Amino acid sequence: MPTTVPLTWYLILSAILFGLGVAGFLFRRNIITVFMSIELMLNAVNLSFISFSYKWRQVDGHIFSFFVMVVAAAEAAVGLAIILTVFKNRSTLAIDEVNSLKN
Amino acid sequence: MDALLFLFFALVAVGCGINLVVQTHPISSALSLIGVMGSLAVLYLLLGAEFMAMAQLIVYAGAIMVLFIFVIMLLNAGVERKKGTSMLVKALGVPALVAFLGMVSYLIQRLMPGTENVTFGAFQGGTVQAIGRKLFTEYLLPFEVTSVLILIAILGAVVLARKEI
Amino acid sequence: MNDQQLWLIPALPLAGFLINGLFGKKFPNILVSIIAVASVLGSFAWVLKTLGALGDLEHAHVEHYLTWIQSGPVNIGVDLAVDRLTAVMLLVVTGIGSLIHIYAVGYMSHEGGYYRFFAYLNLFMFFMLTLVMGANFLLLFVGWEGVGLCSYLLIGFYILKKSAGDAAKKAFVVNRVGDFGFSLAMFLIMVQFGSLDFQKVFEAVKPLPVDQTPGILTAIALLLFVGAAGKSAQVPLYVWLPDAMEGPTPVSALIHAATMVTAGVYMTARAAVIFQHSPLAMDVVATVGLITAVMAATIGLTQYDIKKVFAYSTVSQLGYMFIACGVGAFSAGIYHVVTHAFFKALLFLGAGSVIHALSGEQDLRHMGGLAKKIPITFAVLACAWVAIAGVPPFAGFFSKDEILLAAHHHAPWMYWVGVITAGMTAFYVSRAMFMCFFGSYRGHHHPHESPFVMWGPLAVLAVLSLAGGWYFKVPHYLEPVFPVAEGHHDETLVYISVAAGVIGIGLAALMYLIKPGLPDTISGALGPIYKLVYNKYFVDEVYDATIVNPMVAGSRGVLWRIFDAGIIDGIVNGTAVVARTVGGGLRLLQSGNIRSYAAWVTLGCVVVLLALGVMSGGVK
Repeated sequence: MPTTVPLTWYLILSAILFGLGVAGFLFRRNIITVFMSIELMLNAVNLSFISFSYKWRQVDGHIFSFFVMVVAAAEAAVGLAIILTVFKNRSTLAIDEVNSLKN
Repeated sequence: MDALLFLFFALVAVGCGINLVVQTHPISSALSLIGVMGSLAVLYLLLGAEFMAMAQLIVYAGAIMVLFIFVIMLLNAGVERKKGTSMLVKALGVPALVAFLGMVSYLIQRLMPGTENVTFGAFQGGTVQAIGRKLFTEYLLPFEVTSVLILIAILGAVVLARKEI
Repeated sequence: MNDQQLWLIPALPLAGFLINGLFGKKFPNILVSIIAVASVLGSFAWVLKTLGALGDLEHAHVEHYLTWIQSGPVNIGVDLAVDRLTAVMLLVVTGIGSLIHIYAVGYMSHEGGYYRFFAYLNLFMFFMLTLVMGANFLLLFVGWEGVGLCSYLLIGFYILKKSAGDAAKKAFVVNRVGDFGFSLAMFLIMVQFGSLDFQKVFEAVKPLPVDQTPGILTAIALLLFVGAAGKSAQVPLYVWLPDAMEGPTPVSALIHAATMVTAGVYMTARAAVIFQHSPLAMDVVATVGLITAVMAATIGLTQYDIKKVFAYSTVSQLGYMFIACGVGAFSAGIYHVVTHAFFKALLFLGAGSVIHALSGEQDLRHMGGLAKKIPITFAVLACAWVAIAGVPPFAGFFSKDEILLAAHHHAPWMYWVGVITAGMTAFYVSRAMFMCFFGSYRGHHHPHESPFVMWGPLAVLAVLSLAGGWYFKVPHYLEPVFPVAEGHHDETLVYISVAAGVIGIGLAALMYLIKPGLPDTISGALGPIYKLVYNKYFVDEVYDATIVNPMVAGSRGVLWRIFDAGIIDGIVNGTAVVARTVGGGLRLLQSGNIRSYAAWVTLGCVVVLLALGVMSGGVK
């Protein structure tokens, strides 16, 4: 067994995690889980940023994922506040029931 | 050793990811997400991103996930009620997702053939010092703008969470 | 490299602007004026301190703060630089600026929008300082546009007056023409030299041989001059400046006489290396300057609005500065910028003091005999008068003389035209002075002397106008930047130009003091010519007829009736019909279900990936 793995494996792992995030977004009904799926997708992208950073031996990829992380934190704060508000007004977390845009 | 570490934590990450999607209770999903983030932190470390690994643990697995769990507890979110997803999503989403994954994997293999293997310690540019230097010189303006962004996020959260809305 | 914190110089007025602009409405006037004046005085003090610390400034002192734009080979930083040229401009801008701020405290005391006025004035200082300190063309352009904006805001300061609004718009639009030229020049510089840094560009230009300059340098120089002509009110873009007098008088003094309008001269001098490599562009600059100087001077002979007289005088003097640049005597041009800043700021502020004393009267025909009623104003204005008329040994004499000598060295006919213009200058200023201060009072208001805050700065400027030319040897100071062109110093030429000034004053005295009926006789005798000049050569009317009206008519007839109503509306309505039909079908897709949207997005990703793969050759 080889002692190291190619960089492409990291990228494929990133793609798989991203795909899982998309799947969660598509098939889950709970708005919090949907939100977590988005976080999963962001993490997957971060992984590929850091892999590319390794490939080019440049730290810029780290900076990018750092900013992604910051934006994710901001997004989590606002997003969860929105979820709280939605729940207060509608008493539901099911994403399909929040559909007043329909019709 | 590197390969073992990668395989182990990659499997943990994928397993937790799958668990996130299939679990019906949000709290289980949240705990799986923490698992994903933790194993990703180890992978970052393998790639030489020590600062990002720590930030991943502290900010993501720590702060953000606590926020999630806090909201789950606060809303007392229970098990998802079973109700079939719409046919369109299934009919469109599943093939699209499969095609997407296949395409990305294929492209990665095809466009980056013969990429070097990842050796721990081969890239040492991810230290706190290196990142700090970049952040406070070349990326100073984006960095400062980010602080404004966070400020706005705080204000937004405060406004949204008030009672009247 | 020792750090001088150059950024403080523009930052202080900016801070003043922010404080006054954001909170000034709630502040009492006294606090607003303290903040505004203190910020500019602080900036002036910092300039003095910096220049003291930097010593003789043989080489430019550059400070790099931020990388602003980085894209491939393009690297533009927020860099501030001080060399001798900048030092002169900095002293003029902050020094005169401080005086005018103090003056404005008195002048604007009865006006509404007090805080707004000072906020704009501070903002102007910030941009002007950015303009003179920027170490690359783009930063200069930031200041350039910024002062244009402030000029617009301040000309239209009396927001309830339609004429003020119109004048502001006119200034803005005419300046756009110049800015267009400037930006094109910047693009060319970028393409040609791959950088906008002054140092890099000029070092790339310097070794090129002058006699076989590539055409692109001439193009750059000419386009830069289009920009300069717009900002510095040269023919044919000068029309905005006389109208700009709609703004409050301190604004006319600060922006439209002392500082902003000289930005074009500064920019030309800054890019001197480029101009020197293009004899054609130099000739254009000198000729345009000459035409402007003569044309504006003749118009100035006939105007009755005291501020209009001085406005045309400004245009004429700016023409002088461009003559200097065009004949290669850049240091003489900057010299004139400095002395002109002294005496023209004084003329405007003095005129403001007169207007203030007469409660808003600007027509010379309704003045007269004011020398006894407002003696201080008269005394200081008299200083400006002798300075601008070129009477030795006062400020205007030195700089004008340098320019005329350089012009003679270049082409004698330019000298003679310049001398005649100098005579006219002396004449129209004397005319304004005689009509205003001598004879008998023809107005209705009760004149009252201005308060100390107003005449204090005037007194300082008066001293500068009298002694400034003799005391500040600008060309000598600028020698490291612009080598002084050799040429014998011909005493006769000096006597001739002084004589022209004295004759101008004498003629004015004859016509307006000794024989008051004479002007009417002469204007009657000249008939059509007088009318032509009095109506400013009908330039505004010509512009209206050739550019504005066809544009309005074209917009109305073609663009509105046919294009807009017919084609655009037809397209819009047609699109709407199509969209409604298609939308009716597509509505079925818009389920309002977020997850179905996400599914579509995923599908879209697949398509994009496929396209990328095909294009990059990954998929075969």
